[in-house]
Formats: sequence, C-alpha cells, structure tokens
Amino acid sequence: MAWVNAIIQGVLTGGLYALFACGLSLMFGVMKVVNLAHGDLAVIAGYLAIFVITVLHVPVLWSVVIVLPVMAAGGYLLQRTLIQSALDRGVLTTLIVTFGLSVVIENGLLEFFTANSRGIGAGMTLVTGSFKIGSQIYIAYLLLLIFAVAVVVLLGLQYFLSRSKYGRLIRAVADDREAAQLAGADYRHVFGIASGIALGTVALGGIAYGMYSNLDPTTGTDTILLFAFAAVVIGGLGSLWGTLLGGVVLGVAQQVGAQINISDELLAGYIVFLAVLVLRPQGLISRRAGS
Amino acid sequence: MSLATQTIPDLAGDVRVTRSRRNVAWTGAAALIIVAVLAYFPYIVYSGTTAILVQAFIVLTMASMWNLLAGYAGLVSVGQQGFVGLGAYFVLILALHGLSPFAALPVAAIASGVAALPLWWLVSRLRSGYFAIATWVLAATIMLIIEKFTSIGGGSGMPLPGFAGMNPTLLTADTYWAGLAVTVLALAGIYLLLRGRLGLVLTAIRDDEVAARSSGARVGLARLLVFVVAGAGCGAAGAVLAISQLQVQPEAVFSIQWTAEMAFATIIGGLGTIEGPIIGTIVYMVLQQTLASYNAWYLIILGLVAIVVALFARRGLWGLVDERLNIRLFPVGYWLRTGDGTSKGP
Amino acid sequence: MTAQRVTGDGEAGRGQENGTPLLEVRDLVVHHGQLRALDAISLRVLPGEVYAIIGANGAGKSTLLRTIAGLHQPTSGSILFDGKDVSGLRPDRRAAQGIGMVPEGRRLFGSLTVEENLKVGATYARQGPWNIEQVYDMFGWMRERRGQLTAQLSGGEQQAVALGRALVANPRVLMLDELSLGLAPVVVQRIYGMLPQILQTGLTILLVEQDVSQALRVASHIQCLLEGRTTLEGRPADVTADQVEAAYFGLAGDGPAGRPGEGSEQ
Repeated sequence: MAWVNAIIQGVLTGGLYALFACGLSLMFGVMKVVNLAHGDLAVIAGYLAIFVITVLHVPVLWSVVIVLPVMAAGGYLLQRTLIQSALDRGVLTTLIVTFGLSVVIENGLLEFFTANSRGIGAGMTLVTGSFKIGSQIYIAYLLLLIFAVAVVVLLGLQYFLSRSKYGRLIRAVADDREAAQLAGADYRHVFGIASGIALGTVALGGIAYGMYSNLDPTTGTDTILLFAFAAVVIGGLGSLWGTLLGGVVLGVAQQVGAQINISDELLAGYIVFLAVLVLRPQGLISRRAGS
Repeated sequence: MSLATQTIPDLAGDVRVTRSRRNVAWTGAAALIIVAVLAYFPYIVYSGTTAILVQAFIVLTMASMWNLLAGYAGLVSVGQQGFVGLGAYFVLILALHGLSPFAALPVAAIASGVAALPLWWLVSRLRSGYFAIATWVLAATIMLIIEKFTSIGGGSGMPLPGFAGMNPTLLTADTYWAGLAVTVLALAGIYLLLRGRLGLVLTAIRDDEVAARSSGARVGLARLLVFVVAGAGCGAAGAVLAISQLQVQPEAVFSIQWTAEMAFATIIGGLGTIEGPIIGTIVYMVLQQTLASYNAWYLIILGLVAIVVALFARRGLWGLVDERLNIRLFPVGYWLRTGDGTSKGP
Repeated sequence: MTAQRVTGDGEAGRGQENGTPLLEVRDLVVHHGQLRALDAISLRVLPGEVYAIIGANGAGKSTLLRTIAGLHQPTSGSILFDGKDVSGLRPDRRAAQGIGMVPEGRRLFGSLTVEENLKVGATYARQGPWNIEQVYDMFGWMRERRGQLTAQLSGGEQQAVALGRALVANPRVLMLDELSLGLAPVVVQRIYGMLPQILQTGLTILLVEQDVSQALRVASHIQCLLEGRTTLEGRPADVTADQVEAAYFGLAGDGPAGRPGEGSEQ
C-alpha cells in the first residue's frame, strides 16, 4: 500500500510542478526565452506572501489575492525592461542576464532573510490534514487543493489562449512576429503580457510550495526551476497540458525513487528527465520539436 | 558586379598576412617575467597572500574555460561545477589509494576531460536554453550520485589524505605552485588551441554557423573538443580546490557558485577574448577581498555588474581597452600588414 | 544607366500630375550589412492608383516594401505617408497610420485558424469598409472553411487569407509583395482579378511583382529596379516591351551589369 500512496502523492505533486512549469513553457514558447530566474521569482512571491501575512496580518488565502497581481505586474515590467533588452542582444545575453538575475535574487534573499527556511503556515486543517480512502490510502488536503488549482489554472490558460484577443495575439506573435507587427501588434507589449501571466502562475506555485513545504533562498533554482524545466521537457514543449503530464511523471518518478531508497527522490526525477532529454527530446506530447 | 560598396584601400607594395603586430613580442616577454615573479612569491610573501592567490588561480582557470565555452563556442554551460566537483573527487579517490594529491592532479584533470565525452553525448543536440539547464541538471545529478558513496565521504565529505607529516609551509607553497602551473597551462593551452585551426573554426561558427558547416568546418567536432577541454580545465581547477581546502565536500565543490563566479568574471572582463577572464578575475578578487565581511554582497554586486556589462558593454572591460588601444596580448587573429602600415584584421 | 523616366504627352514628370502623393519615398538608401540593397530610390504613389515595382531577383523590390512597412531600417532617406514623415515609426505604428502589407510568402499564423488569422488582422483595425464578413463575401469558399488551420489550405487559398488579413485592418495603402510567388497562373489571375474590387473601396495599391506581364496588366504606373537602382519608370501605356526588357535585365549600353562577353572579343 505504501506504493499506492507514493504514486498518488506523485500524481498530486504533479499539479504543483505544473504550476511551476506552465509559465516557463509559455515564455519559451512565445519568446524563446529560458528565464533562469523563473524559480527565484516564485520564491520572491512566497516571501512576499509571508511578509503580507506576518506584517500586515492578512489572512493566508488573501495574501494570494494581493501578491499575484503584484507579481504579474512585476513580470510585465521585468519583460519590458530587462529581458527585452537582453533579447534584443541575443540568446547568449539573455541566458547570461537571467542567470545573473537569479544569482542576485538568491544572494539578495540570503542577505536580507538569512538562509533559514520559512513556511507559509496556513494553520488550518486544510493544510495539515488528510483524508482516508479505504483503510490505508491517505490523501493530503493541501496537495489535492493544489492539484485542483493547477487544473483550474491550466483550463483558464487554455481558454485565454484560444478565445481571448490577447491570447490570439500571443499565439500570433509566437508564430510570426513580423507578420503580427504588420497587423498592428506591438510585440513587446504582447511579450510583456505573456511574461506577466508566466510570473503570475509561477508566483502561485511559489506560494503553494511555501504552504506545502518550506522556502529558502536556494529553493528557486534547486527545486522550482529544475522541476519546472523537467516537467516542460518531459511533457513536451508547446503543450499546456503537457506540463501537467510532465509534472505528474516527474512526481511519480520521484516518489517511486523515494520508495526504493529514501534519499533517492531527487535523483530519480533527474534521471527520468535526462532519459527523456536523450531519448525523446520533444517530450511525450509533442506539437513541435523542443530543441 | 558593383554591389560592394566598401572601397578596398589601394595597397602599395606587397601585402603580408601576419599573426601579430610588433608589440606583442614585448607583451610575451612581460608575461614570462610576470609568471617568473609569481613563481617566486612563496619565498617572499606571507602564506595568507598565497592562499588568496590560489583562489584567484582557481577562478581564473575556471573563467578561462567558461569563456572558451560561451565566448568562442557559443555554449552557455551552467553546469561546469559538475567538472569542478569531478576533479576534486578524482583527486580524493586517487589519494585514498595512496597517490599523492599533487601527483593525482594531472590525472584528475585528464579524467575529467574523459568524463566530458559521455556527458557531451547527452547534451550535444540541445540548443542554448535547453543546453544550459541540461548541464545544470547533469551537475546536480553527478553530485547526488557521488553522495551515495560513503567510502568517499557521502553527503558530508571527508578530508583529503596524503598530506600527513608534510611541512605546512611547504604544503602552502606546493599548493600555490600547483595552482600557478594549472593556470599557466590552461591559458597557454587555450591560446595555442585558438591560434590553430580550432580558433578559425570557432570564429567561423560564431559569425555564421550555417556557412561554416557548408564550407566543411567540423562544427560538431570543434564543439566537442571545446567541451572536453573545458571539462578537463574545470576538473584541474577542482583538483587545486580540493588540495587548497584539504578536504572534499560535495556541497562545496559542486556548488553553483563556481559557475556564477566564472561566468561573471568572464563577462565583466570580456567575453570572447582570452585577456577578458584575467581582468575579470582581478575585479572579482578585489571585490571579494573588500567585501569579505559582507558575505553575499560581493556576489550581488558582481551579478549586477555582469548584467550591466552584458547589456551595455558586450565585450567587457577588456573590450573597452582593446577598442581604444588596439592591443592584443594573446594574438589569435590575423593582421594585414601593408607596405606603409598595418590595417586591422578580424 | 540613368533611369528612363517615360511619360506621355511630354510631361516633365510626376510632379506635374495633380494630387499629392499618398505614399512617397525620397532617396532611400538601404543596406543589408555591408551590401547596398537600395541606392537612393524615390517613388511617389498617388491615391487610388496601382503602382507596380518590377525587377529580377535581388533587385531590391521586397527590401523596399519591407523598409516602407518598417521592418527594415534605412541608412538614409525618408518615407512620407500622407505628407507625414513616418521614417521613425515602428511597424505597428505605421500599420495604425494606414500602411498595410501582405508580406512575401504569405506569412500566415500557422497555429491559428483562418478566422483567427483574420481576427488578428482586425484587432487594431481602422475604421473603414472592410471587415471579416466582407472578406468572406469576397472569397466565397472562406466562410465554410474558417475553422481550418491555415496550414491545411492550398497556396492560393493561403494567399487569399493573407490578403484578407491585411484588408480587414482597413489600410489606406495596401502593399502586395510577390503575390504570384509559388502559385499556378490560373490562381494568380484570379487573385489579381480581385484588385478592382479592392480599389473600389478607396484603397491604393503598391505591389511588387516578378511576373512582368501580370504587373503591366494591372498597374497604372510601373517602376523597374535593378541592383537597387531605378532603371525605368512610367505608365504601362507609354513603355515598350523592349524598354522594359532592357530595364529589367540592364542590357542597354553602359548598364550596371555591363555587356556580357565584352572582354572576350579581342
């Protein structure tokens, strides 16, 4: 039964990973940008939520309502200023600049908040409790909630991209930037919107992770960025639901690894990621080649 | 066909293609003198200073390798710390079997280079962003695998054997010379490599990869060679690191901080020039020493400066100098020397 | 070879014709890296006319349109639209002014359906007679297939969608870059046959064509480019086939390409 629990846990964790990954997938799909600071920005969201809760005494779930728009707006600004400048100068510069940003953020957090890990304690049975199916299967409320939120977010994204004006523009700019400009679209503005969405989703992921586990300055890269990227690669670039599939595969692989040997959780995930990278780089659901 | 609009200067007299301008002979001599002076340091300087210099040598070696990868081959690797760790652990393993760590150093470097081969096979088909993160995951994976072996210290590391009974002053001096030797060999090796065919191929790739391929340049082979050399170089740096710290700890030797330091030093100094990493390392060391008590600050400042340089001064500090004074300490390009004077080469 | 400005009735040039130009280019110099693609090109397009630019491959025709659209920066010279200098405007700002373009190779949004392509074109549309329903009316087949991905359409159908996408924005000048490229002659005829309908709604057309006879059939004014320079300009009625051929290939006298085989006669 431990195995069944492990697999269920892995599947549900996939939802969390999908929240990490969908923003990365969007940014790469639209702008060809791999934002190496992606995870660190999620950690900032988590710290911001902690600040809002502890200093401003805002109820936990309300912190999400406050932090998310701030992060989304920040994402738009970051794209229009720093990332666009880097993009104009080439792929190499973009990688270097986002890597630099990642290091600056991490060390900044380290400097101001120390290396201590912090959690977003919701203090409700919602967060700590779980329910039983049958006699031996446990499902944590929080994980289930996060998975549900991830599904809702993905549905929302899908609807946005396929039906709304900006969703169409984002897809058009991703297909052919020049043709979109000829049609009157300012691609920089469209990029900004995509980044805002990406940061909004990853901020949600960061806060969720803060509730589920703990945040420290290095969580951004160690956990969030690498897991997000693994989920995108395994699931397949260009597919929104692929990030969920990829997250689930990653989560299950990790839990299976942990069952085999408690300290092999991370390793199992990385090995699956590398295997997909070598054997099927376009991912499990492929719309276009990923590399 | 009258499409070309650049007028070719009227060349009076014969035209010769040379590798360097006259003044390089002087800088070459100066370099030899500097190395000789540096080699003499342990006799005249306190061990605290040599320890700092060893740190500088480590960073300079790594930065030169990162520069080779990113500045010449266009490969942005965020996983070179994997090779740093490999180099350190190869030294540890050999030392545990009785070999002196100093003798193990060259072996560790070569072993790291060899290890780069299967790793290249894993990541070679990936482009930029994918390549970067794949190298990061690889480094993390290597660390996790190594941590499983308690015989070499597991997750907490272990001290490096082989120094028992050694005179501390001699140990410090030997460590220093090892670091100096690695750095000099690394720079010399890169210089010779880029001066030859590899340099031409890499410049061609940098300018126009499709054209380079179609003209027969072995692009894949060139990149493989660069990856292997960088792996060996970072491995050598890791070996020096292990020796200088007298212990090998996974979290320390596999830290992403090494990539941050080598990348920032290279970018600030000048990506794509051999002189760049030297300048960048100096800047890095100055910053680190002045901000030593402020922990994470030097990385924050280094990172911010690197971002600004990457956006606004693409060729770094050396690029600014080079444009004004037109000097090359390490001549790897070609100059067109005409009868009346020289006109600039590539 | 100096440009032959051919006019009828002894007029001294376009400056004498009535009406201010809707689109004017003055001494445009454009480089691709070190290559000079356009060498001091000038032209004036009057409202309501069909202005055709012809020339061989590499003559600079597409570069000219792309520069007018704003996708390429000129080295020097200016572009005036309705009397205003638009040289400093981004492509999307020029589109807002009323400069529309159907780019070479159609450049449809591959992952979008036919209708979505048109909707994107209509996102920043100006006021005017054209809308998506009008485009469906013009191309009878399109309404039924509007949910299909454009990658599944034939070349001619894709060209129609590209044309529709540009029209729904209600431009004032519509630039067409090599409409005939890769299409069967019958299809090309059909598409060009739609031009009168388009003109009737008040548009002005600037087109680039490699197919000279097609261009001569529809144009009210033509300009021939060769290696970035103008070799001929005038009304189709006033130019002879020989003149066009000479301008197109640059074979006359001291043309830019020189006389083939000159050095071998000794």
